[in-house]
Amino acid sequence: MIRFENVGLRYGQGPEVLRDISFHLEPGSFTFLTGPSGAGKSTLLRMMYLGLKPSRGTISLFGADVARATRRELPAIRRRIGVVFQDFRLLDHLSVLENVALPLRLAGEVERRIEGPAREMLEWVGLGDRIEASPTTLSGGEQQRVAICRAVVAQPSLIVADEPTGNVDDAIGYRLIRLFEELHRIGTTIIVATHNQPLIEPFDYPRLHLEDGQLAGGPARAPALAAEAGLVG
Amino acid sequence: MSGGVKLIPDDTGAGRFLPWVVAVMVFLAALAVSGVLALDQGVRGWQAGFEGHLTVEVPAGRSADLDTRVAETLRILRSTAGVRGAVALDDAEHAALLAPWFGPDNPVADLPIPRLVDVELDTDHQLDFDYLARRLDDAVPGARLDDHKVWVAQLIRLARGVQFIALATVVLIAGALAAVVVFAVRATLSVHHDIVALLHVMGARDAYIARQFQNHALWMGAKGGAVGLVLAAATLFVLSRLVARLEAPLLDQLSLGPVTLVVLAFVPVAGAGIAFFTARLTVFGALGRMP
Ligand SMILES: Nc1ncnc2c1ncn2[C@@H]1O[C@H](COP(=O)(O)OP(=O)(O)OP(=O)(O)O)[C@@H](O)[C@H]1O
Ligand SMILES: [Mg+2]
Repeated sequence: MIRFENVGLRYGQGPEVLRDISFHLEPGSFTFLTGPSGAGKSTLLRMMYLGLKPSRGTISLFGADVARATRRELPAIRRRIGVVFQDFRLLDHLSVLENVALPLRLAGEVERRIEGPAREMLEWVGLGDRIEASPTTLSGGEQQRVAICRAVVAQPSLIVADEPTGNVDDAIGYRLIRLFEELHRIGTTIIVATHNQPLIEPFDYPRLHLEDGQLAGGPARAPALAAEAGLVG
Repeated sequence: MSGGVKLIPDDTGAGRFLPWVVAVMVFLAALAVSGVLALDQGVRGWQAGFEGHLTVEVPAGRSADLDTRVAETLRILRSTAGVRGAVALDDAEHAALLAPWFGPDNPVADLPIPRLVDVELDTDHQLDFDYLARRLDDAVPGARLDDHKVWVAQLIRLARGVQFIALATVVLIAGALAAVVVFAVRATLSVHHDIVALLHVMGARDAYIARQFQNHALWMGAKGGAVGLVLAAATLFVLSRLVARLEAPLLDQLSLGPVTLVVLAFVPVAGAGIAFFTARLTVFGALGRMP
């Protein structure tokens, strides 16, 4: 499903932020990506959702080396990935409902099949009465839930969530992880980055741990992780 | 389409001045184009009376002399570079030329009339009119080059030059318009870079993102183009009224025909088209720099 092989990344001419990253996520697996602030979690996820090209190494998504994909093929690959950005990245000039509807529009969905699912998602996360609001009038936690709705509404094959619980209390955080668990149960591959160790303690899913730009334990641990992830899928 | 949802807000002001720029440019381009077309019509009219021929007039003096002087004129003409041939008109041809003025009976047949020599010019060689005129006058006193035609030939050359400049101006205006659109689109792109990058990473096709810009540019261009065309039409109407009041036969040819009007209507369409495609290509360029 997702394979990183000896991936390294530097921003511009800066130092290598990530080094020798190798791992494999099985289809339908659920993985936590942990590590202290600045370890490189967001950077790793950015490469996974094709928002950033690795400086070296290869990344395979859905069984194909993305470096070999043509420019025309990339949008379709990206649409199979739902992303919860650490900073939400909601469009302030659109309503909450239109923000959530965006992936459906990009997928070319017909108009009458756009609003229903978006509304349903928002009701599910308890924002059914705020659909016409502007994201700027929502609290951080509410915006986070809108961002999650947008990531999952088009039923992507892969969900990449960067600190999806960073702005909510633990009770809501727990519920959001449970939401990802639901999606995992219907076969979606999920990776969730967080540095909130206590929150994910109750969940028995494999962890990728980043420490200072490297997977903890070094590349040698990657096969073990892959096996672990495979068991879950 | 985005179903009426504006994914890129057009609140930056970068696009707001665009219709006015397009209006001014369409106005200028329309004037230049109508100038080119009017001159083209004029040149064609002027050329109809020219077509590579000159007339030399040999004045009638004592009639016995006339044949010799015509022969001398022919000899000089035929030995001049830039002349392909020279033929003296015969009596019947002279009569035909006079018929419109005096009727078929030609009541002035007995009057001494000048003899005309038709000169065919060699279009590959430049004829030195002044030199020829001097030589003729020396050898055959009173012989006269029909310098009206010489003057028209020079006028045509001038008109062609002006046409070339006007066309170059149109090209420059088109280039300037494209540059303005590039700047406007780049400004909007940089203000809304976050939105564009988000759409890109969410899997929007380049063409889909470009559509958000190009349609806006097309609309701005169409609005501005319409204003520019109306202004140009009004200006041309006033100009044509002023020309009509002059009694200058050469300017008659400069009036605006139906072809001109059709071509003029095409100018704002071209302006809007330039805005559309420039916006599209600019967005494609910017997206090409994204991963
Ligand atoms: N756009 C960027 N340009 C340059 N350096 C960057 C950029 N983004 C991140 N970095 C650097 O890369 C390193 C890893 O950053 P990253 O955001 O991936 O960490 P993180 O693990 O997500 O941290 P956090 O838990 O605080 O979100 C940091 O040292 C950061 O300064
Ligand atoms: Mg981060």
